[in-house]
Amino acid sequence: MRVPVSWLKNYLEPSGDLKPDELTPEQAAEALVKVGFEVEELHSLDQVTGPLVVGRVAEIEPLTEFKKPIRFCLVETVHEDDVDIDADTPRTRGIICGAFNFKEGDLVVVALPGAVLPGGSEIAQRKTYGRVSDGMICSTRELGLGDDQGGILVLPSGEAEPGDDAIELLELHDSVVELAITPDRGYAFSVRGLSRDLAAGTDLVFGDPAQGEVPQAEGDAYPVSIEDAEACPRFVARRVSGVDVDAPTPFWMQRRLMLAGIRSISLAVDVTNYVMLELGQPMHAYDTSALNGDIVVRRAKKGEKLSTLDGVQRELDPDDIVVCDASGPIGLGGIMGGETTEVRVDSSDILLEAAVWDPPSIARTARRHKLGSEASKRFERTVDPMLGPVALERAARLLRELGDGTIQPGRTDVGQPTLPEAVTMPIDLPDQVAGVRYPRGVTVRRLHQIGCRTDVASHEGGKPHVIAIPPPWRADLKQPADLVEEVLRLEGYDSIPSELPAASAGRGLSAAQRRRRTVSRALAEAGYVEVLPFPFVDPSTWDALGLPEDDVRRRTVKLLNPLEADANELATTLLPGLLETLSRNISRGARDVALYHVGQVVLPKAEQLEVPDVGVAGRPSDEDLAGLRAALPQQPVHVAVVLAGDRPRAGWWGPGEPASWADAVAAAHRVAAAAGVELRVVAGDLMPWHPGRCAQLRVGDWPVGHAGELHPKVVEALGLPKRTCAMELDLDALPLLEKRPAPDVSPYPPVLMDVALVVDADVPVAEVRDALRSGGGELLEDVALFDVYTGEQVGEGKRSLAYSLRFRAPDRTLTAEEATTARDAAVAAATERVGAALRA
Amino acid sequence: MSGANDSYDPKQVAALAPETLESAVEKAREEFAAAADLDALAKIKPAHLGDKSPLLTARREIGALPPKARSDAGKRVNEARTAVQAVFDERREQLLAERDERVLRDERVDVTLPWDKTPRGARHPITTIAELVSDVFVGMGWEVAEGPELETEWFNFDALNFGKDHPARTMQDTFYVAPEDSGLVLRTHTSPVQVHSLLERDLPVYVVCPGRTFRTDELDSTHTPVFHQIEGLAVDKGLTMANLKGTLDAFARAMFGEEAKVRLRPSFFPFTEPSAETDVWFPQKKGGPGWVEWGGSGMVNPNVLRACGIDPDIYSGFAFGMGLERTLQFRNGIPDMRDMVEGDVRFTVPFGTEAE
Repeated sequence: MRVPVSWLKNYLEPSGDLKPDELTPEQAAEALVKVGFEVEELHSLDQVTGPLVVGRVAEIEPLTEFKKPIRFCLVETVHEDDVDIDADTPRTRGIICGAFNFKEGDLVVVALPGAVLPGGSEIAQRKTYGRVSDGMICSTRELGLGDDQGGILVLPSGEAEPGDDAIELLELHDSVVELAITPDRGYAFSVRGLSRDLAAGTDLVFGDPAQGEVPQAEGDAYPVSIEDAEACPRFVARRVSGVDVDAPTPFWMQRRLMLAGIRSISLAVDVTNYVMLELGQPMHAYDTSALNGDIVVRRAKKGEKLSTLDGVQRELDPDDIVVCDASGPIGLGGIMGGETTEVRVDSSDILLEAAVWDPPSIARTARRHKLGSEASKRFERTVDPMLGPVALERAARLLRELGDGTIQPGRTDVGQPTLPEAVTMPIDLPDQVAGVRYPRGVTVRRLHQIGCRTDVASHEGGKPHVIAIPPPWRADLKQPADLVEEVLRLEGYDSIPSELPAASAGRGLSAAQRRRRTVSRALAEAGYVEVLPFPFVDPSTWDALGLPEDDVRRRTVKLLNPLEADANELATTLLPGLLETLSRNISRGARDVALYHVGQVVLPKAEQLEVPDVGVAGRPSDEDLAGLRAALPQQPVHVAVVLAGDRPRAGWWGPGEPASWADAVAAAHRVAAAAGVELRVVAGDLMPWHPGRCAQLRVGDWPVGHAGELHPKVVEALGLPKRTCAMELDLDALPLLEKRPAPDVSPYPPVLMDVALVVDADVPVAEVRDALRSGGGELLEDVALFDVYTGEQVGEGKRSLAYSLRFRAPDRTLTAEEATTARDAAVAAATERVGAALRA
Repeated sequence: MSGANDSYDPKQVAALAPETLESAVEKAREEFAAAADLDALAKIKPAHLGDKSPLLTARREIGALPPKARSDAGKRVNEARTAVQAVFDERREQLLAERDERVLRDERVDVTLPWDKTPRGARHPITTIAELVSDVFVGMGWEVAEGPELETEWFNFDALNFGKDHPARTMQDTFYVAPEDSGLVLRTHTSPVQVHSLLERDLPVYVVCPGRTFRTDELDSTHTPVFHQIEGLAVDKGLTMANLKGTLDAFARAMFGEEAKVRLRPSFFPFTEPSAETDVWFPQKKGGPGWVEWGGSGMVNPNVLRACGIDPDIYSGFAFGMGLERTLQFRNGIPDMRDMVEGDVRFTVPFGTEAE
């Protein structure tokens, strides 16, 4: 909401020594912030220096010899009666102008040579387009009066004379304040509402522009019936006929509209907009002569269409509220009127509508038709339902005064609006909530300032309570907490002290939280860099990753409104995001890259359950809560790494070593070790991994993830560096360690023995190791593979695995015989399980 | 040299003559000194201390002397031998020291050579700042709560007092899940974790909830559709807005230094009433000491407590939340939000593994 500060000050009255005139724009802005309005900008209009005068365009000469159309204007810039000017001084000056929205005889604002406009542009006499341009005809924008692109500011005729000081006329000593209005404060979309709070914030007195009696009316202004009372709680109408279609909008009104960011259209429309800004009641003006029979307010019927004022034909929804006449819908209630009955330049018989509409319906319709308007903005936040007649009277009188219209005696007023109900609270509740002892009487005084009627009564055990009836424009005041906020904000949050509460004793981080930190740190210490990619996936990525059609990772949650239409699925794996980030790093010149990500993935169930409809009046039933939880997809925390290039990298010490499947598996082991869990590795076969270089990671027999080199086709499809490797595991699937082991460390010396075993080449090493371990029994402390050999000496299809076995007893020095027996048992187990032969 | 058959006159046993012994010692001294290294020293050692050295030879002659003369001669030989041994030992020490020094000198390397075979890893500053904030609150006795990123509208909106068609719902540009009216959204804030916490935990509740959140903002230098928040919630008997301010002040000091402080401005959030915008002031702010918008806060709206089955006449609470990207931006002076989301290792690596 943009509004000139001078307008806000219009309704402030002195209080004691405080005078509204002495309130600077900065003080006003500060007071508005204090009471809860975010000031987005305070824009001083006082940016023009030097001569700025009113000019009358005497003659226009189009210049056609240039690429762009341009006009040379002779502009009178001296007052007719100005006798101080000597006879030789020309009364007109030539000015080049590229805008076309003015004609001969129009009054415009001219910056004369020597003037400096907002933004610092200095005006000087200059030669251009083959002429001498002796000043500048100014647009609204150039004068700093708004962002309107409408071109040159044309003043209504008769409101000024050539040579008048335009700085005075435009009131450039004013400021415009731009405010962000929170959704609970519909009343603040008006000068009336803002002035009231500004008065409270500055302790000045507020003079309500909506006060005053509305005259008795005779009969209806127009026949109106409401078919859906919920949709339209009140519909008020007044008719003004005989409005002079040529009557201009006076400049003072144009100026306020302009500064509020609303373009002047015609007197009738301008008046409705002006009163909306002033009082907060959006209005609609119909051309009465275009109306066709009685007005009916109802919900739209399926298939009905309406062309709105913006020239768009809209298919209506049965939830939309429409204003109809015999011809069908003529307006989208509370949002925008229709084309057929709009006020045109020749409309002289005006029917003014001031209604209130069901806020949720307005919000839905505005969203459905993507049609936010000044009216819908106000109605969806609620509008004072008692304001209609007052606003209509104000508008009608303006039309009478400015357009010479005749106010017809009738007034239509149908509907039964609901008013805010009384709220009762302990009178010291604001003190209790704030943790402050306010002076006596503060609660009642502040509630009066916002328009509440109050009564104080003793309640329960003699504790004084205040019973407040909120004013009709404050439908947001529903419970004691709402009143508390009013008192606190007007008293100022800065009067609330700072007191640290004593929290109850906490239990520290949970085991899962500590584990997550440890895992993250372990990967970082291992040289991986953490990244946080977005979870949005383009479904074509699943093809690039080579996932089969029925792969469970293709079962995704889809967004209705993704930022990029293609990336509309939520990641079921962390790899797409990581690989994209890897590519970005590579494209920016990185070579050896190792990344990790710890984050949630979204794994929908095969069948999405309905989300139950659960109320908010109290704690949901266990059944409802279970239903809410069951409707949510699984969202386990995964941890994943990707790596490419060398690891370790090349340097002065020699060549690097290409990052390999083994690094990816090692990363998984690091994660597991950090989590205190032993990971079992078996050969896996899962896209996007290389079928021969894919490790399935298990805890016990439970698969928790995969690691290895990516499939060459995936690498190619995604344009990744050759032999890119990756690991991903479900961190939540790792059991949380109940407690870490307490190993018994034997002080006795070990016996070391080496064995070389020949096995079939396709026997996984992990199985050989497991066999040795189980055969070696408790005395076998460690198994270390120190050589893998394939070649002639062991024969085709075989390989030799050389192990160093370390035996130790917990309670004695092991004898060579005992160790040998254990070794033989280990080898025997390997022979039995995987056909290992002791190498000679 | 004396043979066994020589005369027994000691004066005639030349090998034992004091001058002979002296010259042997002198010769040893000279030759040991001349030995350039341990090898050379070892090589000449037998000539002076070995079985065939003059002194050892002389010792064998003692037996040929008359008993009276033996003691004297023996003493002389021993003295000479001890002297030679001492000279040898001294020289050996000297040469050993020289050798050790030379070995160390020869083994010298350029320790400034880089040894960054494995590139450094790092944790994302958003992760570490979330941990830092969590630790600040854990230090005050609070606990850390988490929740799902994909939420039901009930948790993200309804239970937080967002009316079904209230404009507040559209204030937060929400990612909705297909199909229309699925009732699921990507959480627009970490506030649903407040509701989970109040439903699942015993009162009183003091929790902070860090997490990833989503809004349909295009990525630019100050916006990102995927960002992180940290939310605080305290529900207990008798909590006041002064307690909110005290907590935020303590939080600000932990994050921005001892002089930092917080200011509250009236605002609106459906789930708090009264509500406040939270500004922080700190001396190290880029561009000089001053106020920065930090987040939102307020007293938990009684409607939220009711939806969680808590009697607002007995319990009250406060809540606050802030964006972590934004906090990091103005705390660490990061000019462009995109640096935090793009995952360029050049941005992240300098942060190392812990927040500061």
